[in-house]
Amino acid sequence: MIRVELPAHLRTLARVGGEVSIEVDGPVTLRSVLDALEATYPVLRGTIRDHGTLKRRAFLRFFACEQDLSHQPPDEALPPPVASGAEPFLIIGALAGG
Amino acid sequence: MSGVRLLVGTRKGAFIMTADGKRDKWTISEPHFGGWELYHLKASPANPNRLYASQTSGWFGQIMQRSDDGGKTWEPIGNKFEYATVPGTHQWYDGTPHPWEFKRVWHIEPSLTDPDTVFAGVEDAALFRTTDAGQTWQEMPGLREHGSGSRWQPGAGGLCLHTIVLDPSNPQRMFIAISAAGAFRTDDGGKSWTPINQGLRSPHIPDPTADVGHCVHRIAMHRSRPQTLFMQKHWDVMRTDDAGNSWREVSGNLPTDFGFPIDVHAHEPETIFVVPIKSDSEHYPPEGKLRVYRSRTGGNEWEPLTNGLPQRDCYVNVLRDAMAVDSLDSCGVYFGTTGGQVYASPDGGEHWSAIARDLPAVLSVEVQTLATA
Repeated sequence: MIRVELPAHLRTLARVGGEVSIEVDGPVTLRSVLDALEATYPVLRGTIRDHGTLKRRAFLRFFACEQDLSHQPPDEALPPPVASGAEPFLIIGALAGG
Repeated sequence: MSGVRLLVGTRKGAFIMTADGKRDKWTISEPHFGGWELYHLKASPANPNRLYASQTSGWFGQIMQRSDDGGKTWEPIGNKFEYATVPGTHQWYDGTPHPWEFKRVWHIEPSLTDPDTVFAGVEDAALFRTTDAGQTWQEMPGLREHGSGSRWQPGAGGLCLHTIVLDPSNPQRMFIAISAAGAFRTDDGGKSWTPINQGLRSPHIPDPTADVGHCVHRIAMHRSRPQTLFMQKHWDVMRTDDAGNSWREVSGNLPTDFGFPIDVHAHEPETIFVVPIKSDSEHYPPEGKLRVYRSRTGGNEWEPLTNGLPQRDCYVNVLRDAMAVDSLDSCGVYFGTTGGQVYASPDGGEHWSAIARDLPAVLSVEVQTLATA
């Protein structure tokens, strides 16, 4: 199971309380994790990645294992502790605005 | 017992305010979608419990919501707004070509007859429609592909399609307005569009009388006279009596003819309301006095309505979608401010009171007249 931590507004939208766990088939990458997340919670489609281009929305970042993975290629493997479930994959909203 | 329900969209959520027909005691809901920008909420005229809401965020993009119980509970619906054809470019603020990009839904206009059909005006300017209660949205590309799109340019708020007016006498006809492109009309259900800006004069564009490029802020119609439209332009209050083929200015004795909202009395098609704002560079009322101006002559002759409105030290704005009228016998008029106040008049503007004082900045106000409160 992959552990994913969502920003507060997306937790509300997805109607989940805290960290979520999702199944990922095959290699654990940004793309496969986000695909699985959106398949489990369809309401999140378009809120993390653009519907058409699947590009990360500008004010969101992806962190895990004390690394910023936001600019990692979508099909590159995520750190092993994320794949094993030892560490969560963090989706972070930028600290901006009022 | 009749009643009213206000749908108030703000910078930090939506609020639903209810009152009975007297409209003197109001209940305000807890915030819906707290922390999100609610650009607009609107009810289906065909089913008053069916509401739609546009929920947006600079972080998380566009969400659409639907309620089937008058706003008590909501369900997210489709949020995929993709242009039907290659979007092309419009003018950027500096006059250079800029690619069309979807940003948000500014205005929701449910069909007059079918609760599952809704039109949505979006930024960057385009018109979308759903016929399945919001599960899917399709662009009506005839507007964006009208041919003048490369000359459209964003106003300060973006290149937004913010006004959709449906003709109750002709389901094939509708009017829309875009900042800053102008007003357009379709007579074939949205397949083709005609710019209807003849008579507008906008000194801020190279050709002040061009067919497109005008910063129209709002259009309003009385359903008994669908040939007559009233317009609050960036500057100037205008009217047409031939469905937009020609406009004439009716600013008359207004202290300033800059402003955003305009609305028509529910029972008096020649009675209109505007909120004059000092200028496009200041965006607050002249002299610090919040005044609604009413014309009972379809324009030109205006009177200030001030009873119950702050007449000193008031520097709020009233945005284009933030005024509405109910259809009770004594027509109620409502508007919200960027300072978070919602003002109501149960008597056509004679007397006002603040029915909410401390909401987030108000983006939109709609009102439903209900058979029961």
